[in-house]
Amino acid sequence: MGAPPALEFRDVHITYRMREGDIPAVRGVSLSLPAGSSLGIAGESGSGKSTLIFAVLRLQPKSARVTGKVLVDGEDVMAMSFNRLRALRWAGASIVFQGALHGLNPIQRVGAQIAEPISVHEPKLGRTEVGRRVGELLEQVGLAVARGRAYPHQLSGGQRQRVMIAMALACRPRIVVADEPTTALDLMVQAQVLTVLTDLVDQLGLTLVLISHDLPVLANTCRQAAVMYAGRVVETGPSAEVFERAAHPYSRALAAAFPRIGDPRFRYAPAGLPGDPPFPADVVQGCPFAPRCPVARPDCVTRDISLEQIAPGRLVACRYPLVGSAEPRPHAAPAAASTGEGA
Amino acid sequence: MTTPALAARGLEVTFPVGWGSPARAVDGVDLSILPGQIVALVGESGCGKSTLARTLLGLQQPNAGQVLVGGEPLPTSRSALKAYRRRAQMVLQDPMGALNPRLTVYESVAEGLRIHRVDGEAERVLGALARVGLRPPQRFLGRYPRQLSGGQRQRVAIAGALVLEPHVLIADEPVSSLDASVSGEILALLLRLREQLGLSILVITHNLGLAWNIADRIAVMYLGRIIEEGPTEQVLADPKHPYTRALLSVVPKIDRVKPIVLAGEPPDPTRVPAGCRFHPRCPLLRSGLAGAVAARCRQVALPVLPVQAAHAAACHALG
Repeated sequence: MGAPPALEFRDVHITYRMREGDIPAVRGVSLSLPAGSSLGIAGESGSGKSTLIFAVLRLQPKSARVTGKVLVDGEDVMAMSFNRLRALRWAGASIVFQGALHGLNPIQRVGAQIAEPISVHEPKLGRTEVGRRVGELLEQVGLAVARGRAYPHQLSGGQRQRVMIAMALACRPRIVVADEPTTALDLMVQAQVLTVLTDLVDQLGLTLVLISHDLPVLANTCRQAAVMYAGRVVETGPSAEVFERAAHPYSRALAAAFPRIGDPRFRYAPAGLPGDPPFPADVVQGCPFAPRCPVARPDCVTRDISLEQIAPGRLVACRYPLVGSAEPRPHAAPAAASTGEGA
Repeated sequence: MTTPALAARGLEVTFPVGWGSPARAVDGVDLSILPGQIVALVGESGCGKSTLARTLLGLQQPNAGQVLVGGEPLPTSRSALKAYRRRAQMVLQDPMGALNPRLTVYESVAEGLRIHRVDGEAERVLGALARVGLRPPQRFLGRYPRQLSGGQRQRVAIAGALVLEPHVLIADEPVSSLDASVSGEILALLLRLREQLGLSILVITHNLGLAWNIADRIAVMYLGRIIEEGPTEQVLADPKHPYTRALLSVVPKIDRVKPIVLAGEPPDPTRVPAGCRFHPRCPLLRSGLAGAVAARCRQVALPVLPVQAAHAAACHALG
């Protein structure tokens, strides 16, 4: 056996214990990332994707109960001592959060914010040394060193997101987790930020986990993809395969929500799914996607499902996976169809 | 030629900025939306697209130029403007912010009817809710926004606009706050409303895929001007302006053409460059144009792109 995977989830369940009852946000996820690989996790609100990756740094709220194992370099994160955990955060793995305005302290210069984790983790470094490192980081993310003297409000959205990436890289982590890093950004700025992120991941040989609802962004940025729905992974595989030849009806619908410009099949034919993603507390038995599934059959709602291999490296949690790439979506959503959303 | 449902002619809107030169948010725009047409207005944040929308709705006074409604200039008297606003309705980006959290669905949808003193309230509200696919409407009447999903909230917001039987709908990023699988349903709803009611729709978006999904025509806006306009198929299949080409190239896709990632931030409307306003970021100019053309890019301002049926772009390099 070689080195353990950089990051591994083994049958992870995460349940929020609320006054109203338990809310199972993550319901049995197993994933494994070798060092230097990149995984995109796709899913919509309530799919459990953010809850899952918060567990990588044990950032879940106290009310959450975690079972299963989250392993970083083979070490169980949930069993770590607090000192060990503190070393892991920033230096082992770091997170680029979405919404860069709220992630930064509005009354501190951004350079000082990047310096903070460095000084905490390497207290022996002198002030000039830390300053030099901050300058390097700013340059790495394509910002002028002088921008370190700016306050967050003086920067544009794209520049703030670059600062967030610089912070995440400050302690030279081996794993970077980016949670919707470009969601609020314009198309062109999104392209700039993703270019910076992927170039750095390549240069530094990092392991990247990118979370997004935007399947095309994941497919462009990551080699592997996992699609989550209602707290479970419903499909994994090489990201281009998952995007172009999705086998799970949900992945296919998610891919079709991003039309291929120029493809006549998408012209005047926006593809959507009736209904909404389920609220985690309301997940029923059987396949959780069955109530919205355009190709569901009677036994889908009664029998539970699990991930099965359909091809080397490709797993799908669907009893009747779709094959081929002929039709971008299992059903068209023609303009004439009437769609009532469920309650 | 058909009279446009809504049109702009030489529209200019500037905002004073401290002591500096004013921001030219809308800097000479001609635009037409024909009856029953869906036009996508595409551009980055800060390009002036929301100001243009507000001006078309009569919520913002232009400094120059005209808004034409059914061929007539937008009225200026308060009462006539109020009557106009009943005919042209807006749908905002974030339905959670647009809906009053303390009003029920019924009250939210009925609000416009009360402002405009329209009778037959209950019947109209039920009809509007059914139109947007909230069926049976009775089930939703007493609910509050927090009890609805994102897609349902956006449907309620659209019902609130439709209940006044407008001719024109201006939708500002109508799906950008929704989950991907839900947004397609909302776009299908817009297409259906155009079909059933003959609505004219202006969709403001930075999402070119959305335009491909529903728009008949696309107008690409950059720094207060429309720099390319035409039928959606032509503009997206054969973009002429280097800015449109760059925008299209960064739409994430699998079989990706080499992305043209423009450096820099969306530019500043208080400092519109001389010559072609796009020239400081233009990849075409940077890659080397014939000397005479390059000189014009830097020095000669381009005229406002006139309204026409064909596909056109404002670019010196196009000859």
